Amino acid sequence: MRPFQYTRAPSLTEASHLTAGEDTLAIAGGTNLLDLMKLQVETPGQLADINRLGFADIENTDDGGLRLGALATNTETAVHPRVRADYPVLSRAILAGATQQLRNKATNGGNLCQRTRCFYFTNIDQPCNKRKPGSGCGAIDGVAKLHAILGTSDQCIATYPGDMAVALSALGAEARISGDKGERNVPVRDFHCLPGDTPWIENVLEPGEVITGIALPAPVGGTQIYRKVRERSSYAFALVSVAAIIELTDGKFSRADLAFGGLAHKPWHDPRVGKCLLGQPPSDALFDKAADILLEDARGFGENDFKIPLARRTLHSVLAQATEGAA
Amino acid sequence: MADTITVNGTAHPVPDDPRVSLLDFLRQHIGLTGTKKGCDHGQCGACTVIVNGIRINSCLTLAAMHDGDSVTTIEGLGTPDEPSALQRAFLEHDGFQCGYCTPGQICSATAMLEELAANWPSDASESLEESIAISGEEIRERMSGNLCRCGAYANIVAAIEEVAAGGRS
Amino acid sequence: MTVHFKQDEPDNSNRLDGMKQGVLGEPLPRIEGLAKVTGTAPYAAEYPIENCAEGVLVTSTITRGKVTSIDRRSVLSMPGVIAVVDDEKMCTRAAQGTANEAPTQGPKQVCYWGQPIALVVAETFEQARDAAKHLKVEYREEDGAPLDPNAVEPEGQEDETVHQGDLAHAMAEAAHNVDVTYTTKGHASAAMEPHAAIAQWDGDKLTVHASLQMLNYNITELAEALDMEEENIRLVSRFVGGGFGSKLGISEEVVAAALAAKQIGRPVRVVQSRQQVFQTVMRRSETTQRLRLAADSDGKLTGFGHEALVSNLPGESFAEPVLQSSHFLYGGENRELMLKVARIHRMTAGSVRAPGEAVGMPTLEGAMDVLAEKVGIDPVELRLRNIPEQDPEEDLPFSSHKLADCLKQGAEAFGWDNGPRKPRRRREGEWWIGTGMASAARVHNIAEAKARVTLKADGTALVETDMTDIGTGTYTILAQIAGEMLGLDPKQVLVELGDTRHPRGPGSGGSWGAASIGSAVYVACKVIREELAKKVGISEEVLELSEGKTATGESLTDLLEGNDLAREGHYEPGDIEDDYTASGFGAFFAEVRVNHYTGETRVDRMLGAFGFGRVLNAKTARSQCIGGITWSIGVALTEALEFDPRDGHLVNCDLAEYHVPVHRDVPDIEAVLVEERDGAASPIQAKGIGELGMCGGAAAIANAIYNACGARLYDYPMTPDRVLAAMPD
Ligand SMILES: Cc1cc2nc3c(=O)[nH]c(=O)nc-3n(C[C@H](O)[C@H](O)[C@H](O)COP(=O)(O)OP(=O)(O)OC[C@H]3O[C@@H](n4cnc5c(N)ncnc54)[C@H](O)[C@@H]3O)c2cc1C
Ligand code: SF4
Ligand code: FES
Ligand code: FES
Repeated sequence: MRPFQYTRAPSLTEASHLTAGEDTLAIAGGTNLLDLMKLQVETPGQLADINRLGFADIENTDDGGLRLGALATNTETAVHPRVRADYPVLSRAILAGATQQLRNKATNGGNLCQRTRCFYFTNIDQPCNKRKPGSGCGAIDGVAKLHAILGTSDQCIATYPGDMAVALSALGAEARISGDKGERNVPVRDFHCLPGDTPWIENVLEPGEVITGIALPAPVGGTQIYRKVRERSSYAFALVSVAAIIELTDGKFSRADLAFGGLAHKPWHDPRVGKCLLGQPPSDALFDKAADILLEDARGFGENDFKIPLARRTLHSVLAQATEGAA
Repeated sequence: MADTITVNGTAHPVPDDPRVSLLDFLRQHIGLTGTKKGCDHGQCGACTVIVNGIRINSCLTLAAMHDGDSVTTIEGLGTPDEPSALQRAFLEHDGFQCGYCTPGQICSATAMLEELAANWPSDASESLEESIAISGEEIRERMSGNLCRCGAYANIVAAIEEVAAGGRS
Repeated sequence: MTVHFKQDEPDNSNRLDGMKQGVLGEPLPRIEGLAKVTGTAPYAAEYPIENCAEGVLVTSTITRGKVTSIDRRSVLSMPGVIAVVDDEKMCTRAAQGTANEAPTQGPKQVCYWGQPIALVVAETFEQARDAAKHLKVEYREEDGAPLDPNAVEPEGQEDETVHQGDLAHAMAEAAHNVDVTYTTKGHASAAMEPHAAIAQWDGDKLTVHASLQMLNYNITELAEALDMEEENIRLVSRFVGGGFGSKLGISEEVVAAALAAKQIGRPVRVVQSRQQVFQTVMRRSETTQRLRLAADSDGKLTGFGHEALVSNLPGESFAEPVLQSSHFLYGGENRELMLKVARIHRMTAGSVRAPGEAVGMPTLEGAMDVLAEKVGIDPVELRLRNIPEQDPEEDLPFSSHKLADCLKQGAEAFGWDNGPRKPRRRREGEWWIGTGMASAARVHNIAEAKARVTLKADGTALVETDMTDIGTGTYTILAQIAGEMLGLDPKQVLVELGDTRHPRGPGSGGSWGAASIGSAVYVACKVIREELAKKVGISEEVLELSEGKTATGESLTDLLEGNDLAREGHYEPGDIEDDYTASGFGAFFAEVRVNHYTGETRVDRMLGAFGFGRVLNAKTARSQCIGGITWSIGVALTEALEFDPRDGHLVNCDLAEYHVPVHRDVPDIEAVLVEERDGAASPIQAKGIGELGMCGGAAAIANAIYNACGARLYDYPMTPDRVLAAMPD
């Protein structure tokens, strides 16, 4: 770890002001940032501790939704009675990630901003365009089992590794962001970026912007499933994950909100996938059609080719489970 | 007054170098080496301690972020003269071999039983809303953040099950 | 006074069974257990040593070449930095197990990516870690280092080669034959305690607290590396946070700490980071293995072939001994065994728990399952039919053989269904459920060992040796052996281990620890008993001791008349090593579920039955078994080292991405201990148990995967991607 100055941000304005500087990063739970600082992947000269700024509450909103403080921990979110009752896919996604110890410390804001687990990104003696623009991508011809099959570029094929944001995408949640230019709301579906030619840009946050909360819309009900496929039965990142909110009316899909993890540089939400299901009765052929649409442009890099059939089969499994007894 | 961290009931000043992790603070600054460093990156659970009643990985947090907090380490749970119920159960069930993951397992299990009592769900819970029954699968999922390379898992689970069922109190 | 016993003949007297204390074999909790569960047991890095500076290793960022310059100034002005050490004596690899000589030295010469090349020492750990990242190093790189084990011409290992009869002919003539090629990926020991050392000098005397398995060899290795006399070195490893082969020999931090402490005139602590432990210590080699089995219509083997390709760095003597148990486990008069080593520039390959059988048995036992299916008989029955009368290659008897008992008792305890076996017979929701089994075998090793036993005037005993306890239970079983022999409650026996000031033990490795050091303690106790018998005026054979008294009520304290009675036992295996083929045997049974959609596999239950000689402590022995079975789950399903194809560096060098099994991967495990006495194994009739539990277990899981879902895989580990690729529609 490089030496840095540790500053406890006294107010949100001050936090924005501090993190607007090139060399300063906000620290919340620290479970991702400190990991990377020890490896010198991140080398901030100053840390602005935002933990005592207060936006840690989980509150009902006027429209019947729920506002999750950015500083609420993943655990506080997952065990909250309303999240459990009204947004089970979110509880499930959080509980499927990391470990209880990590979730107890990890915050909702930090979780959205967590960085990729690409081996070449975390090893500063290897090339990586994300960490060091122009140095090349170590993964493309290297070990790329974890890597993306959708939305990749010739600069970077990393995945966004998180679980929570996949559920938030399916739920249509919005991130509340505050900066010197004021407040804005960004749908979680639009929060993360594809790598393109700028793989070092991972999300839409501008310098000085801080996530203050996540707004969940009024509950939609339905059958909610988070399915995570991983190499261990716990404590492993997703090979593929699916967040699904499914509702059938008269034996036909009336709601199909789907998002995918482990496939891309962002939680993958392709509205066409859900749309092709709507109005149709569940069937194997229909599930296949949904997978065809999802994977139309999928491309593997050798070791991760398996994610294409795996994503197809996992989607199949989730849809079958969600519609069990209806088909 | 300088910022302090209370560890097992004793207040200690926060270190000057902000880089010092809570783990290194415990092990190197105040000599409490019961908390182990297995990876330093949140990947093994050997460093698990209980902060304000909540278990966390002490390697992935800065000591400087914990002024005013109350930390319980393995040394605070019991001593060779007065071991805790879990410590005794681990001994009896041989819930360890080399012993290096053990303080982390025991701190973790201690807090985990509280989480179960508070009805926090886990990835293994059938339902998010009903009250959660303690089972082997629940314990295993909740303890999965604590690696044991010696492979004492089956015995660790047996020890925890016994204490969860009210044994060795 | 030392008593030397060289064992040329089996000892079937089973003297320990006639002792009266009745503690040997009992499931006593570990005597050092309270210290471990309360966090008061000190591991290498945890000794509070005044004025100790912190060292962090700097590692190479090229694969092969020379370090041409190290710019010390790039770090010496950084806060707290004391020194940069790049002494020619620094080691660049860990010593192989039982090397007994210095490992490769000379940090200027780079042979693999991640190799240690220097040490930065500073006042604090944070300062040293930062400075180590900043050190400017220049290299002259030699391109073209071979990295792919399949792309080089391998070297044959003559002493592993067997050509007997005509296997090709036997295969052609066989009623049933199997010819399959397996691969296994590399493994890491991943002991939870990272490699660590604190070195301090007092004049020309050096003390190192380190995390090591075999102090008896390590002291020689360190002395040679530093060009010192052993008398001037003291190594201390009282608690070792797991080793699994990775701490058999000294590794880089031990020598670096000693050199740095000398250079700066202060104690120095060096702890390897988890990533460094992965990248600089030892890997188990990946393997490619061809299995050929020829059988008659009853499934009796007529031919047996096992060929393996492994890899290592140039200059390393170690070659993963994949065929070790294949030489004797099953019959078949036509035999072809061959081991080859590819010289490549990945990090050092060396011992990881159960070197050889850990990867040789899962493939052999997978192939046996294929054969059982072809022959159409139960896989347990196939094994029973192929247990040889004597070693099928050498004209040697087995010292003892419990395979048949283990197969039968294991099948019984598991509830094995020996009816017709067809895949895909049971499904629960998305999950296919099935069962599988495999044999276990692990060669028995035994080594020379010394221990001093002192019967104190106060009627307690002290056992001293530099033997280590790496979680294996040494502290406890030695207290039990001494207690049994001397008629004492083990609580009255103080055991001091892990200090080279004590007599040389055998070290913990190759599962030989308990039998070897236990025999040394036995030898010492036996002479003490003779002395006591003399005092009573009877012969040792009839001396009965329990609870500190003789059968006639004389107390030990009275007999000792205020004097301590100390004897050093020196056990040495003699002809018994050559006259018998000795091995632990066992059987594994597993029930797994495989997800039809995702290929995820979960082990629902697993059982192992093992025969490994005398059980010294039923609790710690069982723990060794379930630990081994846990590793079997890792071999079968999750563990795989991945290397970069361009520079050979170990890519997944941490515990997040190298997947050792977690709690949830491991179900309830049952271990059946099949008691036996093997007098040719050791004078205490015990063999090793530390590794047997992982020698074949992975195949029980692989075979269960096939039985569950019909996916027959030939590549370990069987991760979801691979299971899916083999899954029938
Ligand atoms: C071993 C391991 C396994 C893991 N497994 C999983 C897993 O399976 N699934 C999963 O989803 N996650 C997993 N994680 C990741 C974990 O969930 C994240 O580390 C955590 O959520 C990050 O939250 P934090 O509060 O600790 O973030 P920090 O480490 O504090 O911050 C991370 C980043 O976010 C920025 N940031 C933090 N808060 C804000 C804010 N309010 N506004 C703007 N920027 C902010 C910081 O500047 C920093 O750049 C794992 C982590 C580890 C170490
Ligand atoms: S995939 Fe992206 S993060 Fe990984 S090495 Fe390539 S550029 Fe870096
Ligand atoms: S040392 Fe903290 S999790 Fe491993
Ligand atoms: S007891 Fe050794 S790692 Fe758990």
